[in-house]
Amino acid sequence: MIKYLLIAIAIVGMGWMLYPLVADFQTATELNALATEYVNGSMNDLNVPNVVTAVVVTYRGLDTLGEVTVLFLATAGIGFLLRRKGHPTGKRRPGSEILKIGSAFLAPLIVLLGVYIFTHGHLTPGGGFQGGVVIASGMLLLTMAHIDFKFSHTLIHWAESLSGFTYVLIGLLGLLLLGVNSFLDPRFLAGGKWLSLFSAGAVPVIYSFIGLKVGSELSSVIDSLQDGGNEV
Amino acid sequence: MTEILILVLLILISIIAAIYAVLTKKTINAVIASGVISLMASIIFLLVAAPDVAMTEATIGAGLTTVVFLYALKHVKGGEDD
Amino acid sequence: MMVMICGIILILIGIWAMLSRKNIIRIIIGFSIVDTGTHLVIVAIGYVKGATAPILDASIQMGNVADSGMRVLSKVVDPVPSALVLTAIVIGLAVTALLLAFAVRLYRTGHSLNINDYEEQKW
Repeated sequence: MIKYLLIAIAIVGMGWMLYPLVADFQTATELNALATEYVNGSMNDLNVPNVVTAVVVTYRGLDTLGEVTVLFLATAGIGFLLRRKGHPTGKRRPGSEILKIGSAFLAPLIVLLGVYIFTHGHLTPGGGFQGGVVIASGMLLLTMAHIDFKFSHTLIHWAESLSGFTYVLIGLLGLLLLGVNSFLDPRFLAGGKWLSLFSAGAVPVIYSFIGLKVGSELSSVIDSLQDGGNEV
Repeated sequence: MTEILILVLLILISIIAAIYAVLTKKTINAVIASGVISLMASIIFLLVAAPDVAMTEATIGAGLTTVVFLYALKHVKGGEDD
Repeated sequence: MMVMICGIILILIGIWAMLSRKNIIRIIIGFSIVDTGTHLVIVAIGYVKGATAPILDASIQMGNVADSGMRVLSKVVDPVPSALVLTAIVIGLAVTALLLAFAVRLYRTGHSLNINDYEEQKW
């Protein structure tokens, strides 16, 4: 009884903490000054039509670098907790006929869609994070359909480390070519034509490497959780 | 007007799914209900003009999170229900 | 406004799930409900009434304002909350998977997922 009372007190207290957020909130009718600056700067300086991409890659680039690091640490933790010595022993049920044929047709298309999403991240909705996730779901389809399907772990590790390394290297290149205060500044490549694939400086390059990194990390997360590691 | 109606419907579905996820006895039902919440949230994101977020939420929330939960449930057979 | 209230209700339901359930997997499900609710609240803060998505293509009006270059004239939503939520969702998946990996390891050593069976950490 006292437990339910305590839970009720905790929820009511949390609601009371969040109440001012609702009470004082009014849906904005125009953009605030910072967002206006980002929208216009994305058009004039960076030549990026998708403003969200401009914020993620350039204006908050250091933030994104930190997030990618958090993702890497979480993946490393999962790999450590569910590590396996020797070959898997547990039996798995093979995928059904429909799943096998469907995955042979769909998996290449899904991976291609993922690559399309992250190379066009500066033009259309999407980008490295979404494209990486789509690639990981293609890998998930293959894992579900074929019991003996294994990623090449060396390839995954190399893709992950190299893309992370290149991401930092491109950031440092901006620092080198454009002078101080320009870490992760993509403007050292030409701006290009508005709304064309090869435009917006280094933004699509950086976002493609983020996409590769996110895709390989999430694929290895799925692989570890599917495998489950050793029995203790 | 229709947009408001759709929004109210989606919000109601997601709240009902959340309450069901708390109250149900079987864990696998709760996993599916949390997938439903994420799917509804992704359509809400589309309606409030954030297509990037909607894409991410649809693939991660409704797809990968559900599968990750199911893989974890596979490894804890016998202890998953209350 | 409605979206923000929905997000706050989801946060409260998730906290209720985390506090009232005994099973560790159910606690993690509560955590993921809190996650979704927080994302809804943050996106609702960035919404501008009657605005479109911040993708500057042919449907967006742009014009020249005297001595300040090209300016966007039609209404777009705030891109900063969208960008923050975008990364937060991906991190949320990784953190949920990490919690589940902990739960699987705990089940391997203790053969139970009931949180009351793990009392050695209590003080």
